[in-house]
Amino acid sequence: MANYLDISHVSMEFPTKNGPFKALDKVNLKIERGEFISLIGHSGCGKSTVLNIVAGLHQATEGAIILEGKEVNQPGPDRAVVFQNHSLFPWLTVYENVEIAVKQIFKGKKSRAEIKQWVEHNLQLVHMSHALHKYPAEISGGMKQRVGIARALAMEPKVLLMDEPFGALDALTRAHLQDSLMEIQAELNNTVILITHDVDEAVLLSDRIVMMSNGPAATIGEVLHIDLPRPRDRLVLADSPEYNHYRAEVLTFLHQKQAKPDVPMTNKGQQSAPENAQGAPVKKPPELKQVVGG
Amino acid sequence: MQSQAQSFMHHTIRYMNLAGFSWLTPVVRLAMGENPREQAQEIARRIGLPLAAILMFLAFWSTAAAQIDTSLGKFPGPAAVYAAGQSLWQDHQASREKETAFYQRQEDRNAKKLAANPDAEVKIRPFTGAPTYVDQIFTSLKTVFTGFIFASVIAIPLGVACGLSPLLNTAIAPIVQVLKPVSPLAWLPLVTMVVSAVYVSEDPLFPKSFLNSAITVTLCCMWPTLINTAMGVANIDKDLINVGRVIQLNWFTQVRKIAVPASLPAIFTGLRISLGIGWMVLIAAEMLAQNPGLGKFVWDEFQNGSSESLARIMFAVVTIGFIGFVLDTVMLSLQKMVAHDGEQQH
Repeated sequence: MANYLDISHVSMEFPTKNGPFKALDKVNLKIERGEFISLIGHSGCGKSTVLNIVAGLHQATEGAIILEGKEVNQPGPDRAVVFQNHSLFPWLTVYENVEIAVKQIFKGKKSRAEIKQWVEHNLQLVHMSHALHKYPAEISGGMKQRVGIARALAMEPKVLLMDEPFGALDALTRAHLQDSLMEIQAELNNTVILITHDVDEAVLLSDRIVMMSNGPAATIGEVLHIDLPRPRDRLVLADSPEYNHYRAEVLTFLHQKQAKPDVPMTNKGQQSAPENAQGAPVKKPPELKQVVGG
Repeated sequence: MQSQAQSFMHHTIRYMNLAGFSWLTPVVRLAMGENPREQAQEIARRIGLPLAAILMFLAFWSTAAAQIDTSLGKFPGPAAVYAAGQSLWQDHQASREKETAFYQRQEDRNAKKLAANPDAEVKIRPFTGAPTYVDQIFTSLKTVFTGFIFASVIAIPLGVACGLSPLLNTAIAPIVQVLKPVSPLAWLPLVTMVVSAVYVSEDPLFPKSFLNSAITVTLCCMWPTLINTAMGVANIDKDLINVGRVIQLNWFTQVRKIAVPASLPAIFTGLRISLGIGWMVLIAAEMLAQNPGLGKFVWDEFQNGSSESLARIMFAVVTIGFIGFVLDTVMLSLQKMVAHDGEQQH
């Protein structure tokens, strides 16, 4: 078994009034153990659907997900999910939010003291030890997302699935969390699938960037290997020609090859003026530069 | 020192907000010496203004009352109602004194009997005086809470089930919509007949009038809790459910640990509306069922038709309103305590 996770010929149809709508068409992706994959594409291209199928939250119409040689089609803690909107239980404290998962998953396998230690260890990993007994409403958006990551890590997943985990955060907080994630990744070497809109995030974090074509019947357009040495430093990379080359490739794919029909075609993706990008998730270059510089 | 006093003040203010006394916060702030001018303005706005409105209302009431002649004399103004309240309180105290004296006499007699003959059989007879106004208030409260608890026990689980299953919800929605607006006065005769037929016992634990009133309250006040619970459960954030699926909680744990806590704020909103309706319905139910509470008090005074009756009824009106207000405040505090907006502290 060469492949750790195999997304094999996955197609997805949603029933609608006008007959079935084909969202995904034969998505094929093989992922190695410890690989960090980003899925990038325009809104509505079915990135989240792929992730939900891997998580077992949706059932593929065709094809299968094979994890370590076994087909998986139910949700489970071996494929932990970090949701975009943190999804912490608001009536539980930070500690209890992680504990509820740990207790359920390691029932009978860990003693009470071990559970406590494991919960605290994972919260320490995301630098949240100072707020164990706060409620989600009492901490910032970035902190909530850290707790969401700790909860997923605490499940000891075979694959960590992240659905635009930093999408709702401001640029500076996002940068902090990306650094934290790289730190954790260096330590644990998890297999990760990350969904993102953010080109810099994808280049900075990934081993491979999987670019998806536009729907309907979306599928994998191109796969880009990122051969940047780790650990990666955003400040160093900001001036690196390789980094900018990777960035340009992704931008070209998104804004030229797969330009949204409602966005006027431009030759230089980076120059696409924000006023042209009505409703389309085109990143504004000046903002991104600030992130890289800060 | 300063910061300790500050934290004491913030704690006090938070608890007062929770308990519905937010209008007192400027007084606390003033007492702690915080910006007197601003606090004085705040007091004038939050306490002075309502107080002025109450005074105006009393003045209006008293002039209007003086214009209305009824067959039982003039319509009672505030002063007459206050006097009626005082006389009800004196009646209550007098009755309590009588009761104590009554039991004291029996005990003395029994003690004497036992002294003469240690084997004598002694009895304590219960006091049979008419219930006082205060007793009637407590009967009403007991009845409304019994009905309210019945309603909650039925409505919350049913609401959770409806929220979880759109099919069940669609199925029973029309039934709920039709039963919801039915007046307690329409239910009561049916309830009375059913209770008389079904609840036959030599030594009944509850009087029938009590059950009739409580069940009528149940029938009228369960709907808001049912509807709110169903809505709360149905609208839980899908991601929270998905978290439960990822960690593979079984169905029952999913309901207990996710669905119910997530919809607790909605459930408590429903409970608060239910208790409000229950209290309103209770008075009508007690009138017809002759349950010895405030409703019966009003009815008896109406039938009695003495010169004091109208003032007593008016005093009952004020009491009913005030108790309703207190019940609502208590429910609002509970509602705030279970809200997930970060206000709560363990």
